[in-house]
Amino acid sequence: MRNAISLCAGLIFGLGICLSGLSQPHKVLGFLDLAGNWDPSLAFVMAGAIAVAAPAFALARRRGADWTGEPLQLPRNREIDAPLVLGSAIFGVGWGLAGLCPGPALVGVGFFSPLALAFVAAMAVGVLATRRWRLWASRRLPQDA
Amino acid sequence: MHIDWAHFSPGSALAGGALIGVAAALLALGAGRILGAVGLFAGVIDGPERVWRIWALAGLLGAPTLARTLWGAAAPQFETGFGHVVAAGLLVGYGARLANGCTSGHGVCGLARLSPRSLLATLVFMTTGFASVFIVRHVLV
Repeated sequence: MRNAISLCAGLIFGLGICLSGLSQPHKVLGFLDLAGNWDPSLAFVMAGAIAVAAPAFALARRRGADWTGEPLQLPRNREIDAPLVLGSAIFGVGWGLAGLCPGPALVGVGFFSPLALAFVAAMAVGVLATRRWRLWASRRLPQDA
Repeated sequence: MHIDWAHFSPGSALAGGALIGVAAALLALGAGRILGAVGLFAGVIDGPERVWRIWALAGLLGAPTLARTLWGAAAPQFETGFGHVVAAGLLVGYGARLANGCTSGHGVCGLARLSPRSLLATLVFMTTGFASVFIVRHVLV
């Protein structure tokens, strides 16, 4: 059940990325280029996604359990810490450099794009390089989501 | 500020965004989990909860083939070369993993959950994203 739901969610997520224009780096860079020819489209992607997801999260929280009856596993960490701010800052720089964030990059691999594959391979190296930080954080915070 | 009306596509942006929202809603209600691309990817290569993440990643990787069949969706066209793309991938993987989320995990799910951590993360990566493009397109040229 959980695996079928995950497969469907991944598929719909990918279709949304393709339809929204997020999979095209020029669309993302057009949005991030405030000083140039600004394309505000991506603000509509975010608005559309949040408008649908917000009531669903509120409902999920009220139910307290998923469709299989198991308790929700949503993040409980509320602490504003250095990894959050520093990591987000580094992520934003990379996002602006190529016009790709993780979801659209994985979709690009699904399009068999060699450059998207190079991006994702580099992304894997970046992800693994955070291990040391995460060990430190897990010693400090008993349960991070 | 100059708006690029030629590329502005509010309809498909809103519809695509709504689909992303449906995916996040499905995973939250059905499986009690956050839909975050870097979390999926990191979980698959570096544990924990690998199984459902492999399924979600399979769906994500399969979507372009379906999108191409349904409405002829085009493969990504890059404006930057190999070196730029690899540097960007390293920064994106490291930064988003460190922050425990990217555009989907913090920007969509986090904001939809009214999480203060995600609001801050989104403001920070938007700001450095704007700055990064400004420097590449208007300072270094």
